[in-house]
Amino acid sequence: MSVLVYIENWNGKFKKSTCELVSYGKRLANGLGGSLTLLSIGRVAEDELKNLGAYGAGKILSAETDAPLDDKAYASLIASAAQNSGATLVVMAHNVTGKALAPRVAVRLNAGLVSAVNGLPVSYQPFVVSKKAFSGKSLMQAEITSDIKVITLSQNTAGIETFAGNAAVETMDASAVTSGINVLSTEVQTGKILLSEADVVVSGGRGMRSADNWKPLEELAGVLGAATACSRPVSDEGWRPHHEHVGQTGKVVAPNLYFALGISGAIQHLAGISSSKVIVAVNKDPEAPIFSAADYGIVGDLQTVLPKMTEAFRKLKASS
Amino acid sequence: MNILVCISNVPDTTTRIKYSADMKSVDYSGVQWIINPWDELALTRAIELKEANPALVQKITVITAGGADAEPTLRKALACGADDAIRVDAAGGDSLFTATQLAHAVKGEPFDVILCGIESSDYNGSAVGGMLAELLDYNSVSAVSSLNLEGNSVKVTREIDGGKQSIETSAPVVLIVQKGIAINPRIPSMRGIMTARTKPLKVVAAAAAAPGSKVVGYQAPPQKSACKMIDPENMDELVHLLHTEARVI
Repeated sequence: MSVLVYIENWNGKFKKSTCELVSYGKRLANGLGGSLTLLSIGRVAEDELKNLGAYGAGKILSAETDAPLDDKAYASLIASAAQNSGATLVVMAHNVTGKALAPRVAVRLNAGLVSAVNGLPVSYQPFVVSKKAFSGKSLMQAEITSDIKVITLSQNTAGIETFAGNAAVETMDASAVTSGINVLSTEVQTGKILLSEADVVVSGGRGMRSADNWKPLEELAGVLGAATACSRPVSDEGWRPHHEHVGQTGKVVAPNLYFALGISGAIQHLAGISSSKVIVAVNKDPEAPIFSAADYGIVGDLQTVLPKMTEAFRKLKASS
Repeated sequence: MNILVCISNVPDTTTRIKYSADMKSVDYSGVQWIINPWDELALTRAIELKEANPALVQKITVITAGGADAEPTLRKALACGADDAIRVDAAGGDSLFTATQLAHAVKGEPFDVILCGIESSDYNGSAVGGMLAELLDYNSVSAVSSLNLEGNSVKVTREIDGGKQSIETSAPVVLIVQKGIAINPRIPSMRGIMTARTKPLKVVAAAAAAPGSKVVGYQAPPQKSACKMIDPENMDELVHLLHTEARVI
């Protein structure tokens, strides 16, 4: 029972979430009593690949191509790598790329897929995993019954472990990869902490009252090294860009610390934040539903609370 | 050009989830059913494109896999502006089962653009769209947040981690769409509701298909401990608690 993990790179680099995914793959391989193989598609330097040895990587297949992410072509490569390495379990991140590729890979391998799995399996034999359902309102256990299995891992649910050992890199032929899509342009935000990778997220709701009031929120985010986010009414009003919208139809986040500032806590918003480890809520309404989801609450006016909060965190950061 | 919109029939977002006594299944009694929110946005965009250029977009079809109890949701999609509907008579099963049913009904039919929401609000699987594309051997683009059609060319914006890409592809294609594809979902008009009653709704028999996974059981999510309230004048206490008690900063 060996495991294949698809590792995505961002301009040739891996992220903290990659380390989590690799060390998760290693623990799965140990649980199944098999070996772990990683597959990288794109162009990644050998040193960057070998660094993953610390997280349990043994064999790394590197399929070098300049082709942009094409769902069909990439899925075909991943499925071939799984077949060639004899993998019976294929693992990907539950991010935009994993959501695009895992279903196609599953069909190619005639495999059952359970996506957005929370951490290690409940049992290996039968293979049962746990995930959230109904947008966080329920926890579900599902058994994958097919011979080959595909799962995607919800970020920040398995944690990172380190292992002793070295990774060996092998080249995988990617010359057959063609693309059915034509990428006309790419826009990437620079200098900002990505919402998907952030340990701390500072999020504002309608209680922020206007787009002009975001400066103190950004200041708090700056002090904490946090990503900024918002609730749906805020992005619908155009106070903040749509990609910052956290909630059921927006992004689902799982940071260690989430600040809900002036967010009442509609069920759609809670669906996007329920995997956060700790939630701090500030709202002027003591009856706001956000307080039943929060760990720490402050009833007060943001215009006075927020600067004081920022100052207090600044003091801590200065002293540590 | 013909557009197919895949519809998942899901409990209303505000539904409190109840379970059977043995916690092995969800108790759906009394549930209000809706078009999955992402599928509703996909349908809205399809209708906008047809209204903008009826010569280019000839027909919008909606499809679901489910029992007869899913038909009111299909009728709602027809009331919003879809032209006809297909129900594959196959309830239950996992994403692989559902995708196989849809592919069976769609294979050989002249659909140029197939739209699927990026996830359903019940099992949050994000799987059926990609599986359908693979089963049909079509190209797919996921996380699509804008769509325009020009002749046979399909122009989309795809969200990527921390940014976006502008992409051109060609029909036939499966597009897996997310927020941004349309802003406000279309609400059926009274006239739409009246005409929906007589629009064609075809029922297709289920295909033989094996699921790849099954639900073992459910649990209510762990209860959060009570929220600790902090004096707004004492932000040092908040910082202290986050640092020493929660240990998150």
